[in-house]
Parts: sequence; C-alpha cells; structure tokens
Amino acid sequence: MARYLVRRLAFLAVSLALASVVLFVLLRMLPGDPANALTSVGASPEQIAAARHAIGSDRPLPEQFTHWIGQLASGDLGTSFVSSLPVGPEVAARLDVTVPLTLAAFVLAVLIAVPAGFTAAHKRHTWYGTLLSGVSQLGIAIPVFWLGMILIAVFALNAGWLPSGGFPQDGWDDPAEAVRSLVLPVVTIALVMSASLIRYVRSATLDVLGSDYLRTARALGSSFGGAMRRHGLRNASVPVISVLGIELASTLLGAVVVESVYALPGLGSMLATGIAQHDYPVIQGVLFVSTLAVLVIGFVADLVQRIIDPRLRGRLSGGSR
Amino acid sequence: MSTKKNVLFGTATVAALAVALTACGGSGGTSASGGTWDKDAVVNIGSLYEPQNLDNTAGGGQGVTEALNGNVYEGLFRLTDDGEVEKLLAQDYETGADGLTYTFTLRDGVKFHSGKELTSEDVKYSLEKVLADDSQSARKGNLEVVKDIATPDKRTVKITLSKKSISFVYNLSYVWIINSQAKDLKTTEDGTGPYTLNKWTRGSALSLNRFADYWGDAAANKQVVFHYYKDASALNNALLTNAVDVVTSEQSPDALEQFKSNGAYKVNDGNSTTKLLLAFNDKAKPFTDVKVRQAVSAAIDDKKLLESVWGGYGKQIGSMVPPTDPWYEDLTDVNAYDVTKAKKLLSEAGYAKGFSFTLDTPNYDPHPTAATFIKSQLAKVGITVKINTITPDEWYTKVYKNHDFSATLQEHVNDRDLVWYGNPDFYWGYDNPQVTRWVEQAEEASSTAGQTELLKKVNRQTAEDAASDWLYLYPQIVVANDKLSGYPLNGLNSQFFAYDIKKKG
Repeated sequence: MARYLVRRLAFLAVSLALASVVLFVLLRMLPGDPANALTSVGASPEQIAAARHAIGSDRPLPEQFTHWIGQLASGDLGTSFVSSLPVGPEVAARLDVTVPLTLAAFVLAVLIAVPAGFTAAHKRHTWYGTLLSGVSQLGIAIPVFWLGMILIAVFALNAGWLPSGGFPQDGWDDPAEAVRSLVLPVVTIALVMSASLIRYVRSATLDVLGSDYLRTARALGSSFGGAMRRHGLRNASVPVISVLGIELASTLLGAVVVESVYALPGLGSMLATGIAQHDYPVIQGVLFVSTLAVLVIGFVADLVQRIIDPRLRGRLSGGSR
Repeated sequence: MSTKKNVLFGTATVAALAVALTACGGSGGTSASGGTWDKDAVVNIGSLYEPQNLDNTAGGGQGVTEALNGNVYEGLFRLTDDGEVEKLLAQDYETGADGLTYTFTLRDGVKFHSGKELTSEDVKYSLEKVLADDSQSARKGNLEVVKDIATPDKRTVKITLSKKSISFVYNLSYVWIINSQAKDLKTTEDGTGPYTLNKWTRGSALSLNRFADYWGDAAANKQVVFHYYKDASALNNALLTNAVDVVTSEQSPDALEQFKSNGAYKVNDGNSTTKLLLAFNDKAKPFTDVKVRQAVSAAIDDKKLLESVWGGYGKQIGSMVPPTDPWYEDLTDVNAYDVTKAKKLLSEAGYAKGFSFTLDTPNYDPHPTAATFIKSQLAKVGITVKINTITPDEWYTKVYKNHDFSATLQEHVNDRDLVWYGNPDFYWGYDNPQVTRWVEQAEEASSTAGQTELLKKVNRQTAEDAASDWLYLYPQIVVANDKLSGYPLNGLNSQFFAYDIKKKG
C-alpha cells in the first residue's frame, strides 16, 4: 500500500506539471490581447503599448513562462492583469462559496440518488419503480438554468422564503445568511446531479441483483437484506464511486451556470470573467487550482475503490484501467 | 493617431459656473417626497458594471466611474447629472486674457480620507497622473494641452496651456484629485469624497461608508453597497425581493412591465448619451462612396428597430449628437427612411444590383438583434449582409486597432463625442479636412457660442455625409423602490452619485 501511495502521488505531481505547461501554451494560442480589457475606446497606440508593458504581456513567452513557474514554485498564483489583486486570495475567497456549494449539492444528490436508484432497480416492476426511472430520465433533459429560474420564481419571488441570489459580502461572518443564500443553488445542482446518478445506481443495482454470487448467498441462507449489505452494496458501489468522482470534479467548475443564475461569486464565474478579459494570471490560477482538485478527487476515489474492492489492488489507477 | 485633434470635448456650460451652487445640491434626480427618511440607512444598489480595478487612470472601466466618481473621489469640477459643470474642490478660478492661463483657488478645509489636508501639490500630482506615459485615462489626449502646472502656494494652482482649449474646465471634471502620497490605488483609495471605501469583494459587491470628516454636507445615508450581477434577470429578481433598492441602468426591456405595473417601484426614463452606431469603414470600398453610405442609412427603418429592441423607450437620432449636448440639432430628416431613395442612390453609385458586405457584430445585446434587423432591411434594396459575430475583445483588435472591417455595430456611450469625426485616424476612417478644421477651431474658440456654432456645422456635415448610420439613442432607465428618492436619473457618462439618496425608514 505504501509503495502504491508513493507511485500514485508521483503520478499526481507529473500530471500537475504537465497540466501547467499545457495551460500556459493553450492560453497564449487564443486570439486576443489582454491589454484590451484595460484600454477604452479612444485609446491611442501609445496607451495600448503602455498597457501591454504594464502587465508584462509584451515580454517573450519563455520569460513569461519561467516567471509563472517561479511564482508557482513559491506558492504564489500571481497578480491579476485587470484588477491588480493577487489571484491566490481571490481563489480562496471564491472557494468559500464553491466548496460548500459543491459538497452540499453532492451529499444531497447522493442522499437522493442512492435510495431512489436502488428502489428503481429493486422495485422496477412496480409503478413507483417505473415512475422513478421516468422522472430521472426527464431530469437529465432539464437545463440547469431553467430549473434555477423555476425555483427562484417559486421560493424567492412568490413565497419570499429565500433570497433570489447573491452571497453576503462578508461571507461566512454571518453563517445563517450564507447558508440561506446557498439553499436554492444547492438544491438546483443536487436535483440535476441526482437525475443522472439515479440511472447509474439503478444499473449497478440491476447488475448485482442478477449476479450469481447474490443468488448463491441467498441459496446459502442469507436474507435478501443481509446478502445485499454483505455482497451487493460493495460490488455496486465500485462503478458508482467512479461516476461520483467525475460528477464532483465537474461540478467544481461546471457550476458556472448556476453561479450566474444565482449571482454567486464562485470559482466558475471567476474563470468566466477571466476568460472574457484575457486575464491570464486569473485563468491560469483558477485552472491550476481546479486541476489540482480534480486530480486529488480522482486520487481519493481510487483509494476508496481499492479499499472496497481488493481485486483492484494490483493496479495503479482505479477501476478504469 | 494624433490625439491633439481630439481635444474638443468642449462645454457650453462653463458660463453656468458664474452661479455658485451649494455643495451637494443640483444633482439629485428626485426630491424627497415628504415624510421622514432614515439618516443612517443602508442603500443597496444593483448594477451590471463591476469595476475592473479602482483606478480610473489604469483601466478601471465604466464600473469604477459609477461607484467611485463623486462618491469617493472628487475633481476640481463636477459634471452634474444634468450635464452642467460646477465648481467642487475649486472654490474659484480665473482665466488669463490670453486664454492660456488658469488660476485655481482650492476650497479650504478639505481632508483626504487618510486625514491629510488637500493642497495644491495633490492637484498637480493628480493631473500629472492622468498625463503620465502609462495612463489609461480616456481624457489623456484632451488634457495634453497642459504645458505647465505651478503651485505658488498651498491653495493655488496655476496651469498654463500650450494652446487655447475651451473644454479645459469640462475635461478637468474627469480628473480625480488624489492624495499625492497614496499607494496602491488600484485596490484601495484616498479621495476627498463623501464616502470612504469600506470593502470591495471582487465578483460580488463594493461597499462605501459615510466619511465623518467630509468638507461639505454629509451624505444622506450611512452606507451604500453596490451589488454586481452578470445577468439582467438575476438583477431584476434582486430588486423584486428587495435585496437591492435601485438598479442603476435597466438593460432588460422585457422586465420593465412588471415594475411599471407594481406601485412599490418607480420606473424613471432619463436622458442617455449612448448611441447605437452602424459604423462604416469610410476608407474601404464600397463605403468610400458617400452615396452608398446615404443609401444604407435610408434603407434602414430606425424607428422600427428601436421599437423592436426597446418598446416605447429610447429616441431616434439623426447624428452623433444627443439632445443633451449644447450643439444638438434634430437631424432625423437627413437621410431618413426612404427605400425608393435608397435604391436610386445605389444605382447612381453603380450598385444597382446591390453588393455584399460583412458586418462585424459584437456578441452581446442589442447588437445581434440589430444585425439581424439590418440584414433583412438591406436585403430589400439588394444588399447582402454577412453577419460576423465577434467578442468585444476581437472587436477591439480587429476593428478598433487594425481597422480591418467593412462595417460594424458599436455603442458609443459618452457625451460630446461628435469630435471624433474630426480625427481621420479614428477607426471609422471618416476623413473630411473641412470637418477636421472646424473641430480644431471650435476647441480654440474664445466663447462657447463660437464653439457651439462650429460644432453645429460639424454635426450637419457628418450627418449629410452619412459618416456613420446613427441607429438610435438608448434610453437610460433607473428602476427604484418607491421608498427611495434623490437618486440620479441620467447617469451621465455612467456616474451614479449616491450621497443624496434618501431611504424611508
């Protein structure tokens, strides 16, 4: 296990280094000029050149790259071209919104999807089993922004129970207010996420229900519940955990639509603004941190799968290889 | 690009300076409609324009003007919501007989937020900051006539110009007076205004607190919070749920009905200076031909376009000049909508069978809607429009810097920006030596009457030449909770003075 951990961590470090190079190069290949965000209509060529010089985008690429890597090595994500604010603290402030949002939505989605998916499989011949499958199919087709608008209309505009959007300027200093502003976004993401999860849970459960080992366990005298707990859950959870890892990672940045509908200052909206303004340090910073998060989530998902499934233990990475 | 030709953002209202106005008066849009109001209220303002940074000489953008101009920073002069220039930190000033020297006396007892007293050194520093090599100020080109800044004593600033500039005082209203010892102005501030910066949370909000040592009348509220939204409907929802009290500039016409029909809100239709332009590249064929430009202008029904985008709001214009500029004249009948005339002009120009061109269209509202409309209108006179959708960033590089376009759509927000037609190097490439000369002479005129007269000529000439097609003037709509009064209505140049806003308890 220790050897595995060392190898897996080395793999993580190499991935991150590669990602940082790819990130830097791809960004520079985009058409556009970061100085544009700083100049206004009426700017003279001298003013445009001055803006380029001020942010350093007129320097040779290798020099810019070394500069960035040097900063990263010392744990500094650099300074925004546009706002002149350091990127690191802003990413941290955005994570104050994005991490609770993602985790809460994730937990809620699992709480909805696991029982619902199991029921949809186990009771697939009853009307409610069929209904659950049908609802999850429908759920996948619903766009996030539409669901968000419906929830806002019902719970914020009509009932007035919850805010329609925004996040307190002082963040978690007032926890009750912060939680209130995250309720609707969490529910929105969780509902959409659980729609696809239900289908994974259902098909994993169906596999297990039709398996030989479960039939054998029942034949040897286990109750259905006992056999499910001892053999079924463990087997069904391996593919589901893979999917969960991917869902969690994609929600981290994929919440950008929800953030826009609910006016939340999260990581996704920071990235969107950064891209619109060609603010390279911001884009690089956000993508670097989220790449790190995705790699770590993958790592944790692998570990959990290995603990659950001894058959995977000879491999470097997860059930996918 | 020679910036000297652009010095003419002149003012006819300097004369109004003779009437001394009281410190905080004159700029409120509405009067407190009786009843009591809360002196310590927190006013929540909703906006779509977050500052990029806090420095208006370093690319802070429209948002920094909205939040900080007049609220946190003050100039020697202020441009009121009605478009008048009034004295602010300048208590008085004199102009030399040659029209080249200006002597300003500073108001006494003005303190910066850091506690330091305002002196002439700070004025010199602030002006030099606008003129510095790395300055991104939109007024840099206009103020380059400044030759020398002297500070004979703590309260006197003497400025010498290299040539006469009738817009000089008007242009000074854009120069924020900053503490000469201040550091890191992109993320903090040190101004003299009625509010201090409390906190800026990027991507979310910017809050201002009433400054206890303000030299003038204290702000009518204790705190102002600008809340920033990316999505117009999220902003409207915030107003409907009382998360914000007022929206600085409503950009979603569809949403207006729900506020108009609700007695708890007030929809204010103010004067805007934002024009939507179909800008031809006057240096590229076929738009080098004035008849082609006139034909295109006459083939597009601006009134119908305005109605389809804004319903009953906004105004038709026939030139670059909005009604609030001193040299306004109604020129909507020049190159008015007339399909028959358009066809005739086209055949005279040798394009009886029409032609085709690419229209570079910024990808945000209302440009795509306008582009589709123009395409269908021009099809009726045989002109084929290829719509090329581009991001603002691409627009800036392709159109503005490289002049690599046939025609484009763009909104121009400032007042008094007719004078750009005097610069043959500007992106639209309009080059009429007579107009260039008029614009220069107007800036060097010795009276505002002379300036106005010349710019009226420029106005008429550019309209007759169809230098561009001015599609319409945007409305400026401020929607507010009925509990609020004293907010600005016109939001001139994106300013939003908050110090007179009163909120009922």
